[in-house]
Amino acid sequence: MKKKNKKLIDKKGLRMDGRKPDELRSVKLEVGILPNADGSAYIEMGKNKILAAVYGPKEMHPKHLARSDRMVLRCRYHMAPFSVQERKSPAPSRREVEISKVIRDSLVPAIFVENYPRTGIDLFIEVLQADGGTRCAGITAAALAIAEAGIPMRDLVVACAAGKVDETIVLDLMDTEDKVGSADVPVALMPNLNAITLLQMDGILNPDEFEEALNLALKGCKKIYEMQREALKTKYVNLKEVEEQ
Amino acid sequence: MTGSIAKIKQKQMEQLLSKGKRLDDRGLTDYREITLEQGIIERAEGSARVFLGKTEILVGIKIATGKPFPDTPDAGVLTVNCELVPLASPDFEPGPPGEKAIEIARVVDRGIRESKAIDVKKLCIKAGKNVFVVFVDVYVLNHDGNLIDASALAAVAALLNTKMPNYEIEDDTVKITQGYTPLTLKSRPITVTIAKINDKLVVDPQLKEEQVMDSRISIAINDEGSICAIQKGGAGYFTTQQIKEATKLAKEKAEEIRKKMGW
Amino acid sequence: MPILFEKRQIVTPGELLAEGEYTAGENSYLEGNKIYASRIGLVNWDHKRVNVVALKGLYNPKIGDIVVGTVKEIGFSGWSIDIRSPYVANLRAADVLSRSFKPQNDELSQVLGIGDLIVAKISSYDRAHDPQLTVGEPGLGKVTRGQLMMVTPTKIPRMIGRKGSMVSTIKQETGCQIILGLNGIIIVTGKNPENEQLAMKAIQRIEDEAHTSGLTDRITQMLREEKAKREVSKNEEEK
Repeated sequence: MKKKNKKLIDKKGLRMDGRKPDELRSVKLEVGILPNADGSAYIEMGKNKILAAVYGPKEMHPKHLARSDRMVLRCRYHMAPFSVQERKSPAPSRREVEISKVIRDSLVPAIFVENYPRTGIDLFIEVLQADGGTRCAGITAAALAIAEAGIPMRDLVVACAAGKVDETIVLDLMDTEDKVGSADVPVALMPNLNAITLLQMDGILNPDEFEEALNLALKGCKKIYEMQREALKTKYVNLKEVEEQ
Repeated sequence: MTGSIAKIKQKQMEQLLSKGKRLDDRGLTDYREITLEQGIIERAEGSARVFLGKTEILVGIKIATGKPFPDTPDAGVLTVNCELVPLASPDFEPGPPGEKAIEIARVVDRGIRESKAIDVKKLCIKAGKNVFVVFVDVYVLNHDGNLIDASALAAVAALLNTKMPNYEIEDDTVKITQGYTPLTLKSRPITVTIAKINDKLVVDPQLKEEQVMDSRISIAINDEGSICAIQKGGAGYFTTQQIKEATKLAKEKAEEIRKKMGW
Repeated sequence: MPILFEKRQIVTPGELLAEGEYTAGENSYLEGNKIYASRIGLVNWDHKRVNVVALKGLYNPKIGDIVVGTVKEIGFSGWSIDIRSPYVANLRAADVLSRSFKPQNDELSQVLGIGDLIVAKISSYDRAHDPQLTVGEPGLGKVTRGQLMMVTPTKIPRMIGRKGSMVSTIKQETGCQIILGLNGIIIVTGKNPENEQLAMKAIQRIEDEAHTSGLTDRITQMLREEKAKREVSKNEEEK
């Protein structure tokens, strides 16, 4: 990672966008926004704008990819060419292939895949605008889409990153902090089962700093979880209110 | 993803684990035997072969000159690629790298990059124009589990063995001259992978263990004992306590390997 | 520890519902001695059994279920039927023809074509095999008339009501025939479009308000009011 002389945390201890070190960006969640999908969700986290959609479970195509004892989750994380400063080629990059895999691994533990042998679900995550932490925001939205599709789950999955910038452990890094900072630790959590389903790190942290970052990320996850749950319930509560008027 | 394992074998493994034992008589936190050879491919600028038990990895380093990335005009380029060579396992298919190979390459890359092992500024020949590109090609020659640790170790060993071509700048063009200068590494990251099987943490999983594991976590440790990369894999989870245990274990094991390698 | 929620409260997957001596009913699961929700829905329990009435769910085929399906493909010796489930169902030619099927004489597309609607019963199904359908019972077979409705499969029991009370109310008040496929497909057939519309309106209301209480009364009231309105307008026309 590059070191620049740019100050990421000012004298008052505030970050470039005015946040405190342990403060999340504003999060907006919406469930059930794509009519064709079996489940869908939209997340805005700071300037990140991400859509997630689920199709299935359904017959697996091609058939040889089906598993006789479980449902297969296929996941495609993709960034729109216009989502970043320099146009990104629409062909999937190695980064996108890896992120698709770790996102899948972060969601499968939460799904009762054994309930639907021989079937598959397709999960699509499309990053419309990226500002750091897209894999985490993508996971948070994807879990909502899966729940909305009525697929049985052990728990929701919620994700958030923590990292280190200017010698300070901070929550939910935005793009500049991620690029200029010295470490980034994305974490996904099944909040009720206290199970960590995604953990990556790049940068350098000593074991104490790592623990601090991990705990901060988990705290962030728990905050987002409350919003996630509300977003899911709101879809049905609104419906009820409309009908009773 | 790699084949399936007989239920009876799985049961046997679980019974052994509950007694703190493993199929190959190792303790839960023991590595398999590691052997390392360096400089076995003469045409490559650097190379190394690592055996981790029966897992065999060959890494070749090629050096080329190329253009820097526009956002880092004064830095050389590190490129890690991994090939799961079809001759190594019935599960390896020919064709462009799949997600498994890409994940290995990117985790190896992350360990080297984030530990700042290579001083990329030193690979700059002429800012904005010419830099050295270090190609790290990981070849998996036999798959018996824990490809990440073996690949990461082989990559660092190969880099330690790498000689950089000497050059001159003549009329704005780069001319490669006689002789070589060794590439110096500022850190020697060591990656330690720990699998979770039946809620037990097991270091250096062999293939049969990977086939039944819930999940794994790979942790790269730099010379100072700090963590420089982490990757959780597999469709399971870890508790916070298990992550803490794993990071502690990784630090100990990395130290042990560092001593063994004389790094 | 007792049950942690009031009846009919909305829960999301993973929420802890109860701890202790309880059993997990539908859309919930047991881990250790804790019961968690596995779908978004409303908590319910009787005695020691805790369950969640799912607000959104898939149709899981069960042997003996009556379903409504659409012909998706014509195969060599039968049809593939889309029953809005993760699995495509099969209907054998011999079952429909009630005799052995002769490929040289029988043209399957003339019996059931792609897009045709059928009411069928699931005769076999397990984890390893796709559902098999049968139409060899009274009331089953091809459907050619009526209005089609799609609803959330998990709400069909609410439309049936206690001992069939809900659906009989609608039938009685509208004079329509109603086939409730357990896979969430409903066929409404009435004497005239107005009656069909009325029945569908009632069904839609159950779909929307399945998670509220006192629904049977509200539906009955709505049907009667609508009918009264129509009588009034009809009388006015006649005048």
